[in-house]
Amino acid sequence: MRIGVVTFPGSLDDRDAQRAVRLAGAEPVALWHGDHDLNGVDALVLPGGFSYGDYLRCGAIAARSPIMNEVIDAANAGMPVLGICNGFQILVEAHLLPGGLIRNDHGDFVCRDQVLRVENTSTDWSNGFSEGQEIVIPLKNGEGGFIADQETLDRLEGDGRVVFRYVDVNPNGSLNNIAGISNERGNVVGLMPHPEHATEEGFGPDTSLAMRSGVDGLTFFTSAISALVSR
Amino acid sequence: MPTIIVEVMPKAELLDPQGKAVTGALTRLGKSQFTGVRIGKRFELTVDGPVDDALLAEVKTLADDMLANTVIEDVISISVLDEGSR
Repeated sequence: MRIGVVTFPGSLDDRDAQRAVRLAGAEPVALWHGDHDLNGVDALVLPGGFSYGDYLRCGAIAARSPIMNEVIDAANAGMPVLGICNGFQILVEAHLLPGGLIRNDHGDFVCRDQVLRVENTSTDWSNGFSEGQEIVIPLKNGEGGFIADQETLDRLEGDGRVVFRYVDVNPNGSLNNIAGISNERGNVVGLMPHPEHATEEGFGPDTSLAMRSGVDGLTFFTSAISALVSR
Repeated sequence: MPTIIVEVMPKAELLDPQGKAVTGALTRLGKSQFTGVRIGKRFELTVDGPVDDALLAEVKTLADDMLANTVIEDVISISVLDEGSR
């Protein structure tokens, strides 16, 4: 199983995403934004960071980079695609996911271990969780406020496309406490928190058992592998 | 060379945290006559050649597709800068 991680100019968490893929049991494949080649991968991760320095709008310029033609085609053909933080912003700017992400309502960058509730366990990136499961995933963003018009929000809620929701704290003013959403088919998922930072004991969020032992993020990647195996 | 100006503003119903921060600063400076600030963007597109209706139509498409994200922003105006004014 080969999972590609696209590096854009200004990507920061591409190496972490590659490591997460490896820890989950797949082979990470580094992809470059300027290529028109997905190198035969089975799934894709658009990692976090600040592509193009967030110029124009977060993710706006990266969403129009050469490789995105192939990413969009693959996503529309059903390939599992995960957008993390800036990757989520890129998916939204590429119109693979609806809505928009705006500056946090409190105006500050936020960095915290965030509790999320898994609302949909049928997507390619969440099938390993149980319905309603609460997980802890690091969150770090300045422009993570999810917004959409009422019609879009109603559709997302009605169709069960809100995959992850913030619990206890809404860290950025996202409407309906939305942390992550999926496309209709459930193969494309985007979220602001960073599952790749919670994939190895010693380097994840604190848990009640031990400091930095949280590995809830690993399930995102093992879910994609399961989805691919069961096809 | 002619210049086409595209102005983009965050949608009125959305919180504009930048504008809110500047409003707060003005209040702290005692400029209480200003009750609100909203911050948008101005693009200056320099054109190599004449500006005709076809080009303006292309700029309109570009403005809606790329310069602005119409989910969160509105294109307020597209105009041609009078060359004599610069």
